[in-house]
Amino acid sequence: MTMKKVTANMAGTVINLLVKAGDSVQAGQDVIVLESMKMEVPIQSEAAGTVTDVKVNIGDFVNDGDVLVVLE
Amino acid sequence: MKQLEQTLRERIDQVKRGGDAKYHQKAKEQNKLFVRDRLALLFDDEDFVLEDGLFANFTAGDLPADGVVTAIGRVNGQTVCVMANDSTVKAGSWGARTVEKIIRIQETAEKMRVPLIYLVDSAGARITDQLEMFPGRRGAGRIFYNQVKLSGKIPQVCILFGPSAAGGAYIPAFCDIVIMVEHNASMYLGSPRMAEMVIGEKVTLEELGGARMHCSVSGCGDVLAANEQEAIQAARRYLSYFPSHYQDAPPAAEPKPPLPAAKPIAEIVPENQNAPFNMYELIDTLVDEGSFFEVKKLFAQELITGFARLDGNPVGIVANQPRVKGGVLFVDSADKAARFITLCDAFGIPLLFLADVPGFMIGTAVERAGIIRHGAKMIAAMAEATVPKISVIVRKAYGAGLYAMASSAFDPDACLALPTAQIAVMGPEAAVNAVYSNKIQAIEDPAERQAFVMEKRREYQKDIDIYLLASELIVDAIVPPSELRRELINRFAAYAHKRQYFSDRKHPVYPV
Repeated sequence: MTMKKVTANMAGTVINLLVKAGDSVQAGQDVIVLESMKMEVPIQSEAAGTVTDVKVNIGDFVNDGDVLVVLE
Repeated sequence: MKQLEQTLRERIDQVKRGGDAKYHQKAKEQNKLFVRDRLALLFDDEDFVLEDGLFANFTAGDLPADGVVTAIGRVNGQTVCVMANDSTVKAGSWGARTVEKIIRIQETAEKMRVPLIYLVDSAGARITDQLEMFPGRRGAGRIFYNQVKLSGKIPQVCILFGPSAAGGAYIPAFCDIVIMVEHNASMYLGSPRMAEMVIGEKVTLEELGGARMHCSVSGCGDVLAANEQEAIQAARRYLSYFPSHYQDAPPAAEPKPPLPAAKPIAEIVPENQNAPFNMYELIDTLVDEGSFFEVKKLFAQELITGFARLDGNPVGIVANQPRVKGGVLFVDSADKAARFITLCDAFGIPLLFLADVPGFMIGTAVERAGIIRHGAKMIAAMAEATVPKISVIVRKAYGAGLYAMASSAFDPDACLALPTAQIAVMGPEAAVNAVYSNKIQAIEDPAERQAFVMEKRREYQKDIDIYLLASELIVDAIVPPSELRRELINRFAAYAHKRQYFSDRKHPVYPV
């Protein structure tokens, strides 16, 4: 099992969690929504896998590169 | 006489076979084609190939053509010049005659006023020959000097099949477009071995200077191809949008209707300004089916750049992508736009801007990266562009983002709005917070506070109503979404013979 991480691609605030631990996701699926610059910014998982951990909560500020979701 | 001809034929065949069989075998193992097979794929017709310098360095015995093929051929019916490294000859490295041949084909392309294609697969300079090929007036530096001089005059295209190392890495850097073959192409100033020796870094070639890295991170690559055939096809396709020379008109093709399955714009663009949508779907509704050729698809994806055809005629599209990073402009997206706009303007390809932009990114990270400096590049390139230039305000266009997308102040031939357009210094949420921050804080009851904010947003919304902006002649027309394609075709046809001279001077001081 290899771990894959979904990271924030820009600074912003988490406004929606679209997956939880145990969910399976497809490559390209939206997993988290950030708000930044007043825009809704969906964040996709590049890889397919099963969610093992969601690292953020609604309302958290994240920076570009921060880990949001871990898959395996 | 018969004997002489026989000898000549044998020698031609011998040189055309390139390097030793073991190097051909090695290339095959790497999924690399022989240089002459690459040329056969590139050119329309194998019978129309004119090659100079086949016997370069013939007397050396083991350096056929001195490791480079320079030739004239045809692509899409257009005459083109080509230089192509032969990696079976000393890994495609450059000796004195290699360099001289490259310089000559550049001079030929300039005189003939035709595109020049560089098929690069070279280990770099032959250190043993450095005095003859490196520092002099007709040394390798001259290749780059010529590239800079030819830039904007004739199209210069690079297909990178293998390494382009150290100084050689500047050949792609000075081309208009770089097509890279995944896994084989690489570009770097210092190899991984050198990085380890000189700075102590341990890194793989792929991470340091691989094709995918350059096409998605550094921006040195424009098109990532899965294999050589795909890369060569991409070069042929790219050239189909270009004239041979900056004074010629870009070639038209057979007009085609847009993708039949394309959703109507009204269904694609959400009214909620802050909700994402996929700008590619909107592009599909506008352009001739199958005509979109994207440049830098994997790099700075919050902005889309690419060539397409409208009723058969080439157009360069610069579009915000609200699906990625909210369509906000960043350091890399500003660079990407500046470069693409300059490319289109140089070769007379009209520009279409599709704006849905919340502005340039803010915050510590981007300020430190020089977002203002990079944004200035984009705005300068867009301002200077004198080709037919149309801006479509699709949805929001806020702050300097409005300026960067060729809005009214930057002399577009038309600034068009869709009914969803919203033009402002900033969006209603940010504006109300900025103006009434103290008042909002002072209201203690949350319901009352919310009511106040909503009321102020409504007032603000009225001030930036698109009909008010049309009434003030800020936008030139509000276009029904279903008629946008027709409107663009008609307008570009009307502006086709536009002549505009931007400014009298030697050249601008570039904001870089």
